[in-house]
Amino acid sequence: MKENWLKNIWLSTGTGFKLTLVVCATALLTISIFAYVNIRTHSASLLAEVERHANQLSESVRLSTEYDMLLNHRERLHESIRRVGNQRSIQRIRVMNKTGMIIYSSDAAEIGRMVDQKGESCYMCHAAGRPLERLEIKDRTRVYRPGPGASRILGTITPIYNAPSCWTAACHAHPKEKVVLGVLDVTMPLAEVDKDIRRGQLEIAVFALSAILALSLITGFFVRRLVAAPVAELVEATRRIAGGELGHTIPERADDELGLLAKSFNNMTHKLSEARLQLVQSDKLASLGRLAAGVAHEINNPLTGVLTYSSFLLKHTQDRPDLQEDLKIIVREAIRSREIVKSLLDFARQSVPRKAEADINSIIGHTEAVINSQLALNKVKVVRELDPSLPKVKADASQLEQVFMNLFVNAADAIGPAGGVITVSSSVLKLPPSAVAQVRKALCPKRHSLIDAGTPIAGKPSVRLKVTGGGAEGFLHLSALYGAGGQLCNLPSGAAGPDKFACPECGTSLNNKGVPCPACGGPTYAFEAPPWGLLEGCAVKGCGWQRWQGADDAGHLEFVELRVSDTGCGIEQENLQKIFEPFYSTKGQKGTGLGLAVIWGIIDNHGGTISVESKVGAGTTFIIRLPVSA
Amino acid sequence: MKAQMDILVIDDEPVITRAVQKVCAAEGLSVDIEEGGAAGLSRLKSASYRLIICDLMMPGVGGGEFLAEAARMGVRTPVIIATGYATLENAVISLSHGAIDFIPKPFTAEELLAAVRRAISCDRLKQECETAPPGALPPSCAPCPPLYYRLGSLSWAKVESEGSVVVGAGGLFLEAIEPIKTIELMKPGEETLQGAPCAAAISAAGDRHPVLCPISGRIAEVNTRAAADPALSVKDPYLEGWLYRLLPTNLQAELGHLTASGGGTP
Repeated sequence: MKENWLKNIWLSTGTGFKLTLVVCATALLTISIFAYVNIRTHSASLLAEVERHANQLSESVRLSTEYDMLLNHRERLHESIRRVGNQRSIQRIRVMNKTGMIIYSSDAAEIGRMVDQKGESCYMCHAAGRPLERLEIKDRTRVYRPGPGASRILGTITPIYNAPSCWTAACHAHPKEKVVLGVLDVTMPLAEVDKDIRRGQLEIAVFALSAILALSLITGFFVRRLVAAPVAELVEATRRIAGGELGHTIPERADDELGLLAKSFNNMTHKLSEARLQLVQSDKLASLGRLAAGVAHEINNPLTGVLTYSSFLLKHTQDRPDLQEDLKIIVREAIRSREIVKSLLDFARQSVPRKAEADINSIIGHTEAVINSQLALNKVKVVRELDPSLPKVKADASQLEQVFMNLFVNAADAIGPAGGVITVSSSVLKLPPSAVAQVRKALCPKRHSLIDAGTPIAGKPSVRLKVTGGGAEGFLHLSALYGAGGQLCNLPSGAAGPDKFACPECGTSLNNKGVPCPACGGPTYAFEAPPWGLLEGCAVKGCGWQRWQGADDAGHLEFVELRVSDTGCGIEQENLQKIFEPFYSTKGQKGTGLGLAVIWGIIDNHGGTISVESKVGAGTTFIIRLPVSA
Repeated sequence: MKAQMDILVIDDEPVITRAVQKVCAAEGLSVDIEEGGAAGLSRLKSASYRLIICDLMMPGVGGGEFLAEAARMGVRTPVIIATGYATLENAVISLSHGAIDFIPKPFTAEELLAAVRRAISCDRLKQECETAPPGALPPSCAPCPPLYYRLGSLSWAKVESEGSVVVGAGGLFLEAIEPIKTIELMKPGEETLQGAPCAAAISAAGDRHPVLCPISGRIAEVNTRAAADPALSVKDPYLEGWLYRLLPTNLQAELGHLTASGGGTP
């Protein structure tokens, strides 16, 4: 139960918090161990220093008194011990004989007293019951506390061994057999040392605690800044995008993994919004199709009335030339309405336009003539900047007339009652093949198609080659855009680049024999790419050289560029991408919102593109490009 | 004894029926009007006509049902189906159900009269073929060869072994327009839809008669001989007088809307 509760808390906290917690726990553990070991070493070394000092002192006392003992100068001995023992760092010095009687002591009151063999100063030698005869230096010292609350004391026992001079001396005080004649016992207070140790412990503990605290704070700060905040932004962004706000982007802070994540996230949402736009567009087009069919059906009957009566009148008033002109216009425009209804249906069912060689300049001229009187009424002047050498384009003249009519009406609406200028221009535009040429067919010598729609690069089907490099086999996918350099290769990343190319289906070699890459000298591939013949290229990473001689020789691809500019109110940037969507209108009740969608469909059906540039308050320009050779 | 009138117009829109009446009356043709398929059928019991013009989409009995019911009643009067461009496919189907022609709305007075004249003379030619003694058949009675597919009697399509389709105008259609001054054709590479006009025969009188294409597709080849000499198509509509070779876009589905020729009189 408690475990679950902890688990729940753990699961519900943020990654940043968890990360900080783990780092802090690790720091706490390591720094604590370090501090503990440090304190112990510090205490031990301090104590060892005192011990060494005590042993040295004992030895000095023993050596300096040895001669007096030998000569049995008791008074001098006594005086020496008393003087040495009066030093502040020494608590007491005493000499005991074998029976345990204190013979000399810096504390005169003690002299003559017997020491208990179980006492702390005798314990080391007499612990085993039988007295030791030899005591190693390291075993001579002991630390003890004389009573509860008292400070510690360090004692050093130095045995006084029997020496030849002892039994050969004139006094003959000691028989030869005795090994130990007595002991010198020096005790020193450890109060100062203990104080040092305590201060050291405190210092280390304070240092450890502040290190842990600082580490936690710094880690917490940076985790928050580098991990928690960007992750929170990502979470917030996903929440917003789930809520339908597809335009939301994350600021791309750095080039680290989270920055890359933010980048690919933005990229993903961008793609998503594009896909959604397309989906909405096609959905709207479908409803537009249904609507158009309904409108066409409804409008056909009244239009039949207009067309039949007017053409009937035209036929039967040939003696009235004053009426004939007007009636001709009615019939012509009624027929144009019929064509518009038809093209609306064509557009709805995505049918192909009825193309013929068309002179765009004369289409523009004709459209302008039809609408000119209306434009003049609105104080709109039309400036024509037409290129007289414009090549003919395969196009549906009626549909293009509708396009220009629509653009002129839109421009006049944007200009408003104050009046202004519409500039319509036509020109020839040549784009190099490397900018627009696309490999649509790719064949191996045995006529197998190399096009792989399953692995698109930049949204277009790629060209797939089987490759061998560094002993490994894999596939190389090339971008269909000539010279774009886009390629994917699934050979192991460590292996050398591909050096053998083959058809994935029949294995026929596609190596461009004897032709090293002119850019980097690497191996090259070659395959046939109709209609422009052999396409050669280099698969070395970062080189990506390609040569499609046929496409290069075909020269620049020609487009007719048509621009319709107005000096009107302009369109706000955020609305620019919406204007080609069906049912989008800035005219409120005045328009249906279908005009530009229909135009877009017509231009698209002609294999062309339409784009728009606009500046609020300055005007709008529609740019149409139609391929000349389509 | 049934009263003999020239034309019966059936449409639920009065503006259409009035317009047709006015246009035809000016050419000396008498016109009766009915506003629904059922009323039209009951009118046929008491009167006979040379031609019926019927709307395809009507509340109640529509153009399709009207055709079927009239055929069941043994009415032999030719029927022109009038309908909007939106229902092109239905119009094509109505041709295989016995309609003699199809005129897309909205139409001009000239287009209407051209269709009316063509239908009347086409019907007359058909009757001549049926009544003529076997040895003295006029050349226009030449049957549509077997394995051809007909769009009514207006046009035909023949599938070639390579998958391309040869199309041309129907013999009776051309004969009904005679004399033909020119035939206007589309250009190679252009695309056409089943039921949409793909060529126009201009009569000597200046009437423009659209040839409705039997199959959708891209034009691969144009018969330049037929373009240069309209008489060739009239003389030999099914072989030498072909108009286009098409690369079809939706062949199998569209063949189902056409009538397979058994080699009989179209």
